[in-house]
Amino acid sequence: MQFAVEADQLVKHYRGRGGDVEAVRGVNLAVETGEVFGFLGPNGAGKSTTVRMLTTLMSITSGHARVAGVDVSADPRTARTKIGVALQEAGLDPRQNGRELLHLQCRLFGMTSAAAAARADELLELLELTDAADRRIKGYSGGMKRRLDLASALVNRPEVLFLDEPTTGLDPGSRLTVWEEVRRINQLGTTVFLTTQYLEEADHLCDRIAIIDAGTIVREGTPAALKEELRTRRHLDGEPTLDDVFLDATGRTRTRLAGEVQEVRG
Amino acid sequence: MNHSATLGRRAVREALRTPDSLIPTIFIPLFFLVVNTGQVARIFPKAGTPFLGGQGYAAFQLPQSILLAASFGSAALYLVEEIEGGYFDKLRATPIPRSAIVLGRLYAEVAKSIVITTAMVAIALPFGVRVRSGVGGYFVLVVMVALWAMVFSGFMQLIALKTRSAAATNAGSLVFFPLLFLTPSFVPRSQLTRPMEIAATFNPVTYIMEAARSLILDGYRWDVIGKGFLVIAVAAVVMFSLSVRMINNYD
Repeated sequence: MQFAVEADQLVKHYRGRGGDVEAVRGVNLAVETGEVFGFLGPNGAGKSTTVRMLTTLMSITSGHARVAGVDVSADPRTARTKIGVALQEAGLDPRQNGRELLHLQCRLFGMTSAAAAARADELLELLELTDAADRRIKGYSGGMKRRLDLASALVNRPEVLFLDEPTTGLDPGSRLTVWEEVRRINQLGTTVFLTTQYLEEADHLCDRIAIIDAGTIVREGTPAALKEELRTRRHLDGEPTLDDVFLDATGRTRTRLAGEVQEVRG
Repeated sequence: MNHSATLGRRAVREALRTPDSLIPTIFIPLFFLVVNTGQVARIFPKAGTPFLGGQGYAAFQLPQSILLAASFGSAALYLVEEIEGGYFDKLRATPIPRSAIVLGRLYAEVAKSIVITTAMVAIALPFGVRVRSGVGGYFVLVVMVALWAMVFSGFMQLIALKTRSAAATNAGSLVFFPLLFLTPSFVPRSQLTRPMEIAATFNPVTYIMEAARSLILDGYRWDVIGKGFLVIAVAAVVMFSLSVRMINNYD
């Protein structure tokens, strides 16, 4: 079986100011074609670093990764033709308008000017940005920027779409819109690899999830299976939530202090 | 090259949308031209100053102001902005050669330099400044300055790529700034004090300034013009090599 994303003992070391940092320590992944895969973890766990390696934006210290059947280290340019990327920061050029940005992105994927114009119109329509298409991006709202970023990640009809915390900072309405788009894109056959800090988001959207902590994967499976595993192992009466799974997997516990819920290392 | 041109057109479009950013680029060099000429012109009158070639002192100062304007490129600052804002990663995730991303912005610097050099020469004409080498020499001057603007901006982009910081990139341009003044700015190299002459001889910008000046004051002196283009060519090879290496290893 060909997986949409495969990682084998993926390792990333940085040379930081305080010495070597081991950000990712031997991550193994096998994401099936057509699924929405959630990659969860606390801040600094290695989510974004893993995504950056899988999307050819960062070199791999050791190990191997294949995306859409292409080795990302050996043939990064071919890999880039098969993926779409929307990172944490909506990577947009504020001095262009939405239509120009998409047109340029299409041209960089090798389309003719006419094909690029048609694809830009199609994506503006799909992401409901047609009315704002000729306005400068610097005037867009956060939700519009996120949708335009998503549109620009789709110009090449990617086989695998990487979304790194796509709803961080969005209001609830915009978040629901992005969720709908992710579902729609996935239904069209695109594999979605999604990182998020919102467990509710993962529960709603993802077929399977992996939880990474301190650079290693500590849980992997369907949300239902992970909850059931926790319920059985801990002999819980009620149905645990994905929050409970996450806290258990990352060694954190909930304590109530001064009326607030805090997460602390267990 | 095709992708560089595509990105270059975007950069030119953005430059056209921010014409106000060109105002200081023209105003500051013109200010230096007026002030320097005003302070020194009486010491070096047109008659009796052989190195002026029969022109006023403004003609001698014009190349320095043109080169100063050429060093005010905005490519590096836009690049830092795109790195900080995430658009740089969006471009890196496309299947184009990554060198095209840094080279694209340099197209706009060439275009801007052509406009600025033309404007400065046009402004100088009513004050009696003439390009002795004629229309052909004017085009050689414009091409030479545009190439230098591209190379200089390319080096600034290297600082941007290395530091990923707007503050550091701005500071980097200040490091290069003295190079423009360790040149025969006010008198020919042969009339400088010995330490300044040695410094100017080792400063590559000197040869570009002398080439530009010879086109304005003397006509076609290919030995001088050739040295100017040679310096730009060597600097361009170094800049392109470092740019390609740095962006390909960018993590």
